[in-house]
Amino acid sequence: MEERKIRVLVAKPGLDGHDRGAKVVARALRDAGMEVIYTGLRQTPEMIAEAALQEDVDVVGLSILSGAHMELVPRVLELLRQNGQEHVKVFVGGIIPDEDVPRLLEMGVTAVYGPGALTEDIIRDIRAAVLGTPA
Amino acid sequence: MNLVDAVLAGDRLALSRLLTRVENQHPEGIEALSQLFPHTGRAHLIGVTGAPGTGKSSLVNRLALHYRREVQPAPRVAIIAVDPTSPFSGGAVLGDRVRMRDLSGDSGIFIRSMASRGSLGGLAQTTAALAQVFDAAGYEIIFIETVGAGQNEVDIARLAHTTLVVEAPGLGDDIQAIKAGILEIADILVINKADRPGVESTEKALRNMLELSHPLRHVFRHHGKIEVVEAAAAAPQYNSWIPPIHRTVATEGKGIAELVESIARHRQHLIESGDWEARERARLQAELEDLLRETLLHQFRSRIAPQIYEQVLQQVLARELSPWDAVHLLVDRRQG
Ligand SMILES: Nc1nc2c(ncn2[C@@H]2O[C@H](COP(=O)(O)OP(=O)(O)O)[C@@H](O)[C@H]2O)c(=O)[nH]1
Ligand SMILES: [Mg+2]
Repeated sequence: MEERKIRVLVAKPGLDGHDRGAKVVARALRDAGMEVIYTGLRQTPEMIAEAALQEDVDVVGLSILSGAHMELVPRVLELLRQNGQEHVKVFVGGIIPDEDVPRLLEMGVTAVYGPGALTEDIIRDIRAAVLGTPA
Repeated sequence: MNLVDAVLAGDRLALSRLLTRVENQHPEGIEALSQLFPHTGRAHLIGVTGAPGTGKSSLVNRLALHYRREVQPAPRVAIIAVDPTSPFSGGAVLGDRVRMRDLSGDSGIFIRSMASRGSLGGLAQTTAALAQVFDAAGYEIIFIETVGAGQNEVDIARLAHTTLVVEAPGLGDDIQAIKAGILEIADILVINKADRPGVESTEKALRNMLELSHPLRHVFRHHGKIEVVEAAAAAPQYNSWIPPIHRTVATEGKGIAELVESIARHRQHLIESGDWEARERARLQAELEDLLRETLLHQFRSRIAPQIYEQVLQQVLARELSPWDAVHLLVDRRQG
């Protein structure tokens, strides 16, 4: 039997314009052996939760540059919970002010990354969170 | 409630989880397939193949919308979109959903992305099994978008009842992308991106190639005179399907209604000609024989001493025995 594949939804909620960073992360995760479902720009929290449900992902990665993370992230978390997917780990990347990071973690986000984050770190953290291996 | 009952009752989370277990060939998934089997056989499986970038995902997006909005009563629609697994890392980026954003918010639609996981031929090994799960779950229309990378995507024609081959104008100076092999599997040809220049020449080339495999008329030279006999007149009982060619602009929804009509006509043709049943029979027989082969081999291997098997293999390796002789030897030893 083959090893379990980690499935990750990479989504870009909100109205900000480009998804270069999200694509770089998506490719890095693929190169780490993960299956990445890429959904593109301007996703609403409803679209993200629906895609997470249909794709039975282990992880949702949100890339947010617009500053709207304090509205978008709790909404995604709430919808995942409503759908019975509270086990899904949520990672947030983008421009997030320092003071918001602990608040996001408290809500249930697994990790938050700034623009300079290394993809190796993200990969390691995802593996640890999903497979339960020590980071 | 167990997973199978939940799926039959319409629970989408249960459906999604079951799809994962089936995809991973988890024993629980295989057991569930067996329980779901009596509920299958109702769906219309529609394959969508063609080179990357021709607009397969965009087209599926529009077709699904049409089924949901214009067809009465609206069927439930499932979409299985297969993308390639990287041979280097075993990972994949599955991007077909990007073109299907219009479909979100409709609980009568279920989109599932799949990585090919090393299987060639445009589908993953478990794509057919996933389609069975959707069928049992009551999805009446199931689209299967293939990887679209090769000329030898014949697997889709074996799995789907109706196969759409998608082309686009201007993919090469001539139409490099169109190879006879892919045309042979087409039940319906779609020239998407019909808003682009070069549609006429693409359609002309397709017609020429179609003529080769589905001659519309036979031309005879009779006492120096040329006689043309229409195929239908020559053999009226010959009820064959000639693949229609459709022009579409998926981004604008043009040509979609006509394409849906064609798909419905093809289904009707399959049923009336007996081909629907013949295809089902061929598909199920192939599945049965695959399973038989696997099971018999497994049984055989479990009853023969590994040293003996290894010994025979060594003899084959040393060219002392041919594989055919080796089989005789192994099978006779078992019976003797
Ligand atoms: N001009 C034009 N572009 C289209 C049409 N259909 C799809 N596209 C574009 O072609 C690109 C590839 O489409 P996609 O559906 O992803 O193709 P696939 O790789 O075959 O699934 C996208 O940028 C689409 O917006 C069309 O009918 N006309
Ligand atoms: Mg596609």
